[in-house]
Amino acid sequence: MSKLKVAILGSGNIGTDLMMKLERSNILQLTTMIGIDPESDGLRRAKEKGYEVIDVGIKGFLEKPELAEIVFDATSAKAHLHHAKLLKEKGKTVIDLTPAAVGALIVPPVNLGEHLEEKNVNLITCGGQATIPIVHAINRASRVEYAEIVATIASKSAGLGTRANIDEFTQTTSKGIEVIGGAKKGKAIIILNPAEPPILMRNTVYALVDEKTMNETAIIQSIQDMVATVQSYVPGYRLRTEPIIDGNKVTVFLEVEGAGDYLPKYSGNLDIMTAAAVKVAEEFAKHMLAKTV
Amino acid sequence: MTKKRNILITEVALRDGSHAIAHQYTVDQVANIAKALDEAHVPYIEVAHGDGLAGSSLQYGLSRTDEFKLIEAAVSVCEQTKIAVLLLPGIGTIKELKQAADLGAKMARIATHVTEADVSAQHIGLAKELGMEAVGFLMMSHMAPVEKLVEQAKLMESYGADVVYVVDSAGALLPYEVRERVRALKQYLGIEIGFHGHNNLSLAMANSLVAIEEGATRIDGSVRCLGAGAGNTQTEVLVAVLDRLGIETGIDLYKIMDLAEEIVAPMLPAPQEITRDSLVLGYAGVYSSFYLHAQRAAKKLGIDARDILIELGKRKVVGGQEDMIIDVAMEIKKKREAVTR
Repeated sequence: MSKLKVAILGSGNIGTDLMMKLERSNILQLTTMIGIDPESDGLRRAKEKGYEVIDVGIKGFLEKPELAEIVFDATSAKAHLHHAKLLKEKGKTVIDLTPAAVGALIVPPVNLGEHLEEKNVNLITCGGQATIPIVHAINRASRVEYAEIVATIASKSAGLGTRANIDEFTQTTSKGIEVIGGAKKGKAIIILNPAEPPILMRNTVYALVDEKTMNETAIIQSIQDMVATVQSYVPGYRLRTEPIIDGNKVTVFLEVEGAGDYLPKYSGNLDIMTAAAVKVAEEFAKHMLAKTV
Repeated sequence: MTKKRNILITEVALRDGSHAIAHQYTVDQVANIAKALDEAHVPYIEVAHGDGLAGSSLQYGLSRTDEFKLIEAAVSVCEQTKIAVLLLPGIGTIKELKQAADLGAKMARIATHVTEADVSAQHIGLAKELGMEAVGFLMMSHMAPVEKLVEQAKLMESYGADVVYVVDSAGALLPYEVRERVRALKQYLGIEIGFHGHNNLSLAMANSLVAIEEGATRIDGSVRCLGAGAGNTQTEVLVAVLDRLGIETGIDLYKIMDLAEEIVAPMLPAPQEITRDSLVLGYAGVYSSFYLHAQRAAKKLGIDARDILIELGKRKVVGGQEDMIIDVAMEIKKKREAVTR
C-alpha cells in the first residue's frame, strides 16, 4: 500500500515526539522536519534519520510544497495563525496541535468521521483529548446536563505557552466538552503539580446526567468501550478505578501514561496530543488515498 | 476619622470561610457581615467561592448563591471597606476577574501553588490594567524552600503585583519557618509582604506576629476563625493583640468582637475548633480545604480521615486536587480489605 507524505512544522518536544511516532505508521510517510533552529535537538535527530530538514521555517517548505500533503503544526498558537493561511493557499491539509483553534475541533473517537474533508483541524487541548471521549461516552448512554473535568499534570510537562495563557486551556476545553462531548454545560479545571518524581497525567470527569435517562449499566459499558477505543491509539490511557455512580452523578478517574517516545512517560498530557495527531492524520490519509484509487 | 494603619488586615471569612460552610452563603448573610465589617473599619473583605472566582464546581462544592451576587451585595453595603476577590489561574479566568471589577471589586488576589507563579502573569497584569490593587498569593508556602519562594515571589513582583503573600494553606508552617520566609522576601523584594495563616497547629496567631516582626504589613484574618480546616488567624483576637502591642490596625475592637459574636457565631453549624482531623492537616501539610471532603469520604467508606490526609501529604498533593481524596480513600479501603481477607 502506498503511503501519504507528511511533514512536521516545529522541532521542539512535541514535533520530535511526533517524528518518533510517525516512524511506526503504515500509512504515513514522514518526509520533512521544519524548524527554525538548526542546532535544535529535533532537527539534529531528523537529519541523522535522513529526513529532509528545513531550518528556515515555513517559507522553506513553501518552496518545496511537494514534500508533503499533510502538515502537523507543533509550533505556537500565534505562529499557527500565520502558517494556517500560507498552507491553505498551497492546498495542504493541516493538523494543528497548538491552541489556536482555527479549524474544526477534533476528538478522534467522537467526531473525526464528520471532518475528513476539512483542510485544517485542531486538537483542542490535552485535557480535552483525555476527557471529551468520556463525556461523549456517558452522553450517548444517558443525557449529560453538566460535565466538569479536572486535569492534573506534572509541572515539568507544562510548557511556557500553556503557562503564559492558562485561561486558553480552561476556555477551549470547556467549549469542547459542550460542542463535542455533548454536555449542555461544560467546565474545565487544570492543576499543575510539581511533585518529584513527576506524576502521571490524571483526569477526573464528573457528569450530572438527566435522571429520567439514567441507565447505570449502559453508562458503564459505554465508558469501558470508549476507554478501549482510546487505548487503540494511546496505549497508556486507562481508568484508575471503576466509574463511581452516585445518584445522577457519574465520576470517572483516568490516568495517561506516555509511550516514552521522545517525551518522558509522565507527560501523558503531551503524548495524548501527539498520538491523537497521528491517529487523525492516518484517518485523513486513508480517506485521501481511497479517493485517488 | 481613619487613623493611620500600621498593618492592613484583610478579612477572609466571606471567602476562606466559605469552605467551612460548604459554600452555602446567602446574599443576606454576606450583606450583614460585610456591613458590620465596614462599620468596624476593616480595610478589606475578600468575597468569592472558597476556591476563588469560578470555584463553584463538583470538584470543590457548588455555591448556593452565585458569587457575583455576593460580591455585588458586599460592595453595595460598604462605604469605606474595599472588596477583594481571589482567583486561582486554572480555575478562574480573566473573564471572571473583569466581571468582579465591573461590580466594584478593588483588589485582586491571584493565587498559585508556591512553585507555579508564572501562570499568574496574565491575571496580575489584567488586575493592574483594570486599576485594581494586585496581590500575588503563593499557596502551600511550606512546600518550597526559601530560595524557591523568593524566586517565585520575584516573578509576581515583575508581573506588577503590589503585594506578595506567604500563604500557609496547610497551616503547617512553624514560627521559625515563617520568620525565614518573610525575612527573605523583605530582603529581596521591593513590595509589601503579607501572611495568610491557618490555625491547624494552633500557630496562626504566633505566625502572624512573627510575620509582622519581620516586616509583613498585610495580614489575613477570619472572624471566629471562619476559614478552611481549623480556620485562619482569628481577626478580633488579632486586632486586640496588635492593639496591646501598639500596632495600629484602624479596626474598632468592640465592633469587630460584636460582629463575631452576634452575627458570625450564630451562623456557624459548629464552632471552629482544632479537631483531630484539622490538626492532621497541619501535621501532614495538606491543603486546609480538604478537611470536609476528607471527612465525607472517610465516613462513606468507613475509614479514618486522618489516614487519608496523611497519605495525601506523603504524595505531595497540591491545592485544588480534591479529586485525589476519594481516589486515595478508595485505595486505602481496598488495601484494608485485601489484608483482612
